[in-house]
Amino acid sequence: MVSKVTIDENRCKGCGLCVRACPKKIMQLSKTKLNEKGYHPAEVIDQGACIACASCARTCPDAVITVEKE
Amino acid sequence: MTTVFKKTPVLTDTVMHYCPGCGHGIVHRLVAEVIEELGIQDRTIGFVPVGCAVFGYKYFAVDCVEAAHGRAPAAATGCKRVNPNNVVFTYQGDGDLASIGAAEIVHAAHRGEKITTIFINNAIYGMTGGQMAPTTLVGQKTTTSPYGRDPEHCGKPLRVAEMIATIEGAAYVERVSVDSVPNIIKAKAAIKKAFQCQLDGKGFALVEVLSSCPTNWGKSPAEAMDWIKSDMIPYYPLGVKKDRTNE
Ligand SMILES: Cc1ncc(C[n+]2csc(CCOP(=O)(O)OP(=O)(O)O)c2C)c(N)n1
Ligand code: SF4
Ligand code: SF4
Ligand code: SF4
Ligand SMILES: [Mg+2]
Repeated sequence: MVSKVTIDENRCKGCGLCVRACPKKIMQLSKTKLNEKGYHPAEVIDQGACIACASCARTCPDAVITVEKE
Repeated sequence: MTTVFKKTPVLTDTVMHYCPGCGHGIVHRLVAEVIEELGIQDRTIGFVPVGCAVFGYKYFAVDCVEAAHGRAPAAATGCKRVNPNNVVFTYQGDGDLASIGAAEIVHAAHRGEKITTIFINNAIYGMTGGQMAPTTLVGQKTTTSPYGRDPEHCGKPLRVAEMIATIEGAAYVERVSVDSVPNIIKAKAAIKKAFQCQLDGKGFALVEVLSSCPTNWGKSPAEAMDWIKSDMIPYYPLGVKKDRTNE
């Protein structure tokens, strides 16, 4: 499946709830990046494995995730 | 590409001030999505509380009123009665609704006000730094119960949904949780039903949402969600407590 998860990085608070919710275990908090707020933003490490279930987006308290699919 | 999920326009673009992983943000989004789906944005008025959700008026893209502590149901009553075509909701924490505002919520339900209440039970006074709430669990440590809530001294936690369900004027009451994605989906369905109850003129509706306060619970956001499941849900059972929407 072709899918695309977009994270509005500077609004992300690095809470990790999306990481907890992802059934494919393909999200993590960035180990290298810091955003404007000083948090490690969430990122998708294997977009090809994403099933576009939007679990990450539905649990995100800051509504920063957009999920699209082909 | 088709969009599977994106932020609802009924949430403004203002960055919410909540702590990372706070359940309030999830519930705000669910309320906003329901308002969008029901097509009622232009006639909805929100009454926001004193508590961490005090700035709710900056986040909901609808008209809002900042009510005095616990008095949102009283203020909402006036608003709804003056113009019944408005869709009126209150958004209240457990300190706000179950302590200082206990009389207002009971009598709004008692009068069968045609308003919708979203009640955030996070078992604590979040905004003021983590004091014990009526909903704090037995044994739970807070700044005012440093050895854990003692039921001999403070009683046992108040089950608001069950209490409100006993009131004749309450048409729809459900308890939900935001600890997991399936529960978040169920929470949204309950919130939608509670707004529909008002649109259909059935009477008072309340949805109690078990929500996290990682900061004052001293837990990570993920641990806090796990604690809702392991400790809160056993004492606060989820489900519909009253449904008269078909009568
Ligand atoms: C009349 C009055 N009394 C007390 C306070 C102090 N106060 C502010 S918020 C709050 C309780 C907040 O707890 P809750 O309603 O559970 O909201 P939360 O922050 O947990 O979402 C209190 C007691 C106040 N602002 N006004
Ligand atoms: S859409 Fe589903 S599979 Fe894809 S990153 Fe989000 S939670 Fe994981
Ligand atoms: S749930 Fe949202 S705010 Fe939290 S880490 Fe993921 S994208 Fe960031
Ligand atoms: S103090 Fe608790 S309830 Fe308030 S914003 Fe922080 S986590 Fe949320
Ligand atoms: Mg509270």
